[in-house]
Amino acid sequence: MSVLIYASSSDGKFKKSSFEVVSYGKKVAEELGTKLIALTINANDVTELQNYGADTIVSVNNEALNEFNAKEYASVIQQVAESKESKVVVIDSSIDGIYVGPLVSVALNAGYASNVVDAPSSTSPFVVKRKAFSNKGFNNTEITTENKVIGLAKNSFGIHENPVTASVENLEVSVSEPGVKSISIDKAIGKVTIADADVVVSAGRGLKGPENWGMVEELADVLGAATACSKPVSDLGWRPHGEHVGQTGKPVATNLYIAIGISGAIQHLAGINASKVKVVINTDPEAPFFKAADYGVVGDAFDVVPQLISKLKDFKAQNS
Amino acid sequence: MKILVCISHVPDTTSKINFTDNDTNFDTNGVQFVINPYDEFVLTRAMWFKEKQGAAVTVVNVGSASTESTLRKALAIGADNAIRINTEPKDGMSVAKEIAAVAKEGAYDLILAGKESSDYNGQMVPGMIAALLGYNFVNGCVQMDVDGAHVTATREIDGGSESLQTSLPLVVGGQKGIVEESDLRIPNMRGIMMARKKPLSVVESTNSDHATNSVSFEKPAPKGAVKLVDAENIDELINLLHNEAKVI
Repeated sequence: MSVLIYASSSDGKFKKSSFEVVSYGKKVAEELGTKLIALTINANDVTELQNYGADTIVSVNNEALNEFNAKEYASVIQQVAESKESKVVVIDSSIDGIYVGPLVSVALNAGYASNVVDAPSSTSPFVVKRKAFSNKGFNNTEITTENKVIGLAKNSFGIHENPVTASVENLEVSVSEPGVKSISIDKAIGKVTIADADVVVSAGRGLKGPENWGMVEELADVLGAATACSKPVSDLGWRPHGEHVGQTGKPVATNLYIAIGISGAIQHLAGINASKVKVVINTDPEAPFFKAADYGVVGDAFDVVPQLISKLKDFKAQNS
Repeated sequence: MKILVCISHVPDTTSKINFTDNDTNFDTNGVQFVINPYDEFVLTRAMWFKEKQGAAVTVVNVGSASTESTLRKALAIGADNAIRINTEPKDGMSVAKEIAAVAKEGAYDLILAGKESSDYNGQMVPGMIAALLGYNFVNGCVQMDVDGAHVTATREIDGGSESLQTSLPLVVGGQKGIVEESDLRIPNMRGIMMARKKPLSVVESTNSDHATNSVSFEKPAPKGAVKLVDAENIDELINLLHNEAKVI
């Protein structure tokens, strides 16, 4: 028996969510009194994972797996889970993790709980807490099958160092002809993505027009943040659709979310309220967003944001 | 082309979320149920295929008789017929098995579903249907075209998009982009009148096994009041974010 985690990587480098998944897998393995196995696909420095408690690292290197393919990746996870007799498989909640999770669940005939936010409250019965109702509630879910798949919500369990010495096994896997083929990938290079960011700076109609986004981008730059926007802003074409956060847009579960000139419609809040700390800057003290925020500034964005940029620059200079 | 569109019957986004029976059940009291917002996008895309390329569109839901109003709404938007699988949905796996059985029976070429439903947000049913049937699967789909059995699609990835080629039979988990929000169909009076006469068949459940049980619900911890910082005192905001919230 064992616990298996899949540590996703991009261009050979682990994503931060992978360290969180390893940390979580270690906790589950300890509770079950078993070993943690980490699976990597085409990752470079796989021993990084032993800092978070991976006892065994199964390293798969295969050119045919250079581009993520849900069916092929699910098949690799299945092959490893079966050979290692893994009863629990943990996967992150990245776009690719969400794509592959259900396929792994069917392949292993395993019950699947996604958006899980905490370690199992009990392992017999096996109960986990997961998000529901667009972050307006949680559901404690018992997984009743012998095999179990857990999709870990981003930024929920946290990264916990737990250094061990891992054994590394290189594994050859068979790859079949994919039913869905990647033709091309269109991706901004060197830009912090909303999915990976610790901080997201988001702005709404209060900015009055796309020409005023310079200060939003500058604030994001100072904070190493990703930029985002409200739905009306993307509908108006002021910003690309990929920046729309909220229900039907991208979900945000970041450490710090700064909302500038966004009133806080319920659909917007549904998408961002998994963020830990929310700061709202708005001229309207009655804006509903203030009720959902941790910190608020009632004021004009055109006055407050430039001040914030300049003071943050001073702060960064003093603290670096 | 035969298209099956999976429709979830979910609380309207503005609903108050409460739990009853010692927090073991969702309180439906006073809750307005609607078509899952993510499903609206794929349903509109199905209408586009029907009108531009010729397709028969069936909508399906797993649920009790109370969900029929939502299926009628989908018929009013333009689906040709509806199927209700008569059982209370227990979990993603059992719903996927129920829909997979209907999909196989009806030999649908294309199965469309929203990538998630706004109630349990599991994001699992479309992928499970595909895996159960051995069909191709595209998730997070923001654009797709069908030419014969050949399909080109685009999915969202972190920080961009990926173009894909695949073929029917295919399951798609779709989202905004597969049609634009401004193109979403809403039922008009004529559609509502016509929907009353369209076939809505009720099929019995195959009593699919479920793999998870809901034990209880919790609400998020109540949030403290917002701390307001004076617009003339931005230093204080930075101080709070650094020393209190510890996020910068």
